[in-house]
Amino acid sequence: MSPGTLDKYEPVIGLEVHVQLATRTKIFCACPTGFGAPPNTNVCPVCLGLPGALPVLNRRVVEMAVQGALALNCQVRGESIFARKNYFYPDLPKGYQISQYDRPLAEHGHVDILLDDGGSKRIGVTRVHLEDDAGKSMHEGFRDSDRYTYVDLNRTGTPLIEIVSEPDIRSSSEAYAYLTELKLLMQFCGVSTCDMEKGHLRCDANVSVRLRGAEKFGTKAEVKNLNSFRFLKQALDYEIVRQVELIESGGRVVQETRLYNPAVGETFSMRSKEHAHDYRYFPEPDLLPLRIAPGWRAEIEAAMPELPPAKRARFISGFGLRPYDADVLTQTREMSEYFERAANASGDPRGAANWVMGDLAAALKADGKELADSPVSAEQLGELVALIAKGGISGKLAKEIFPKMWSTGESAAVIVEREGLRQISDTGAIEKIIAEVIAANPKQVDQYRGGKTAVIGFLVGQVMKASRGQANPQLVNDLMKKALG
Amino acid sequence: MKLAIREIRAGLRSGQFSARELASRALAHAGAENPKTNAYLHLTPERALAAADAVDAQLARGEDPGPLAGVPIAVKDVILTKDIRTTCGSRLLEHYVAPYDATAIMRVEQAGAVIVGKTNCDEFAMGSSNENSAFGPVRNPVDLERVPGGSSGGSAAVVAQGTAVVSLGSDTGGSIRQPASFCGIVGVTPTYGRVSRYGLTAFASSLDHIGPFGGSVHDAAAVLEAIAGRDPMDATSAFAPVPSYTAGLTGDVRGMRIGLPKEYFAGLASETGDLIARGVDTLRRLGCEVHEVSLPHTEYAIPCYYVICTAEASSNLARYDGVRYTSRSANGETLIDMYRNTRGEGFGAECKRRIMLGTYVLSAGYYDAYYIKAQRVRTLIARDFSNAFQQVDAIIAPVSPFPAFKLGEKLDDPMQMYLSDIYTITGSLAGIPCMSVPCGATAAGLPVGMQILCNHFEEAAMFRLAHAFENSGDT
Repeated sequence: MSPGTLDKYEPVIGLEVHVQLATRTKIFCACPTGFGAPPNTNVCPVCLGLPGALPVLNRRVVEMAVQGALALNCQVRGESIFARKNYFYPDLPKGYQISQYDRPLAEHGHVDILLDDGGSKRIGVTRVHLEDDAGKSMHEGFRDSDRYTYVDLNRTGTPLIEIVSEPDIRSSSEAYAYLTELKLLMQFCGVSTCDMEKGHLRCDANVSVRLRGAEKFGTKAEVKNLNSFRFLKQALDYEIVRQVELIESGGRVVQETRLYNPAVGETFSMRSKEHAHDYRYFPEPDLLPLRIAPGWRAEIEAAMPELPPAKRARFISGFGLRPYDADVLTQTREMSEYFERAANASGDPRGAANWVMGDLAAALKADGKELADSPVSAEQLGELVALIAKGGISGKLAKEIFPKMWSTGESAAVIVEREGLRQISDTGAIEKIIAEVIAANPKQVDQYRGGKTAVIGFLVGQVMKASRGQANPQLVNDLMKKALG
Repeated sequence: MKLAIREIRAGLRSGQFSARELASRALAHAGAENPKTNAYLHLTPERALAAADAVDAQLARGEDPGPLAGVPIAVKDVILTKDIRTTCGSRLLEHYVAPYDATAIMRVEQAGAVIVGKTNCDEFAMGSSNENSAFGPVRNPVDLERVPGGSSGGSAAVVAQGTAVVSLGSDTGGSIRQPASFCGIVGVTPTYGRVSRYGLTAFASSLDHIGPFGGSVHDAAAVLEAIAGRDPMDATSAFAPVPSYTAGLTGDVRGMRIGLPKEYFAGLASETGDLIARGVDTLRRLGCEVHEVSLPHTEYAIPCYYVICTAEASSNLARYDGVRYTSRSANGETLIDMYRNTRGEGFGAECKRRIMLGTYVLSAGYYDAYYIKAQRVRTLIARDFSNAFQQVDAIIAPVSPFPAFKLGEKLDDPMQMYLSDIYTITGSLAGIPCMSVPCGATAAGLPVGMQILCNHFEEAAMFRLAHAFENSGDT
């Protein structure tokens, strides 16, 4: 299909994102939420759905969910209602999921995303609601998998929030940006690790296309199993093209649930509207309405960290960072906090930003380390930057010092002191070296005097080399010019 | 063995008998009587004797073994008992052994009671005659040709028969009060939330209650006292403090205002009606003031109840799917077939009827017309009662329009069976405490219970009235 044909159409996308909350225990019982335990060990009568067992709401779940909702700029309802979503499946031991339906935890939020052209766009968040996760069906990997499906109920009852967006998304890259920002917000609040590999962040998309300028939405398909950022983009791109091709060839999009198969990069039909479940939602009689008193809400709000949008703005206006750098440095809460501490210790925030994004990031990556395990603390990095800023060492020297800090955990000052690396700002000493360099490089000196002034870089470099990098480069530059007349 | 709790307490203290002797006697008696009534599904001798020995040991050490020490108690087989089968009267759970005790079970044992057996009931507590049990009907010990009522028929029968001193039942729309009435004993449905439902197999969660049966008001009150109170495992259990119900049995009910709902008595020209009227006369004689009250939404109670309870049941019974602990059908090649065959073969007719009704009323397009409307009606019915309780302290009503009927008599007419629940359903929908207290017998010797209903958490007043009535010498 030609790009021109595709361009005639506008995709309309809404995302339903499930985020696993980072509580220690499950939503309705005290079982641990840990990942990787032997199958069916983190279970009790409640999450096993045994006869007579009853759910009791985990207070911490509510606090995290409210924080997540506030991070998405939602209005948190004073009263929300749990509802049963009824369906049969072997990994759903109660025969229903406890979710929320017509009165969800929070509504009317939004997320601002950065567009490729540098602009920003607001994506509406329809609702945020609480629910319990189902267990895991394992159809493969067992000796008798041809005949049996195995069920692990460890995950059953894990707390989730479902975040439903408005159909405001118009491309796969907007969807990508929305999910990225959403993940960032959830991680910043500490409400979820959003580890997609562990299923802590799961995404379904409602996709339709319409002719540009049309007001009515086209018929949508729900695409499931978009469990990585890459799959999300690939699946949406595939689905958009599929729907446009279908319409262009005179067909009609049918309302259905489709599954993305990453192995072939295609979506395929899972069930049609006729076979859609009737979930028979009704209010969960085992749980009282969830009331969040203003005082409790205020406590939860007070515990909210500063969020990336506010941090970015502050880094730009307060620290003078470029927007791009501010964006990079707010990719994780840890990174932003590390940077801020380093910046404050350095007195040179832009210098600190370069070091955090440059040498520090490279060293972490090379060693496969997390920021929390960095042998160089934010304060130590700040001190190194301060040494450069105050002229104690050259930037070049600093590049040599940093790996030593990394391997020993020592401060820059200790290393400088021990190795005698302090910058030479003694005019006499430098003039002496300059004299030697001028004597040794008559050809370049002639060139300089003949008008090729760029050659001064070579001569300064020789001085720096001779001083083992310790000479103050600015001073060398000035004195060299003077010496060359 | 028609001993009262107080007599057991005295007998144990004086050394007239030990808890072990009492338990052994109860077990032997139950074993001998059970073929007549089928009231017990299984006896629990090991657990009973262990509990009895613990009581004897405590007594020997001079410790207080608790208010229900040594009291043989039977438990409806919908209440979970650790390591003992809990069948719910269903083929689907024929072999089900729970890994935990219901809160009510832990509390009666903590109070020293001795669990002697699990009692028969309608399958998943759905029924009014105990004829819906997968393990055969229970016969009424008063007249073995007749039903004991349901769904807690077994728990009522064992107390009437004297093979247990007290018992626990469950009540969703009358399942304690109606069998108590049919068997001539006391049966109590406490305020919704008064007793934890943790470990009670759910039928209709917003209506389910655990409550006691006893040979006397005192005994039932003593059991409720032991099991009532907040339970962190049940989010719907109430924080309200539990007063001593037994200490409140003063016999003095002078000045108590009694309400007679005109809607209940309009068409009640029967022996039952006459007995209730005599009961009301007795209350007057005891010094109560009698007023007429109105519960204007009564006529909507039955459809309202059968919409809400079936809706909740259809969801609550979904877990019996053959995947985990339910007996799985041997037939079927696919997952869907396994579900269909397991549930099709496993559930009895009444359960299927209610699952289908409940699934229907919750379905897209019908939910607003049925479920939402029923919830509104429920609110109106509850409001009827709160209005009435502005004027009176207690309401007197029949329990059932008729006494115990013959086995099979109403089996093929579920509609008539549902309609007979009218007097008990209203109180269930309002979530208020209600009880049946014996008020005489028909000419044929069939017991009739009188129902007392009080406002939320007013169990103490309800027991006081029932106790005064019981001791009036008129019944």
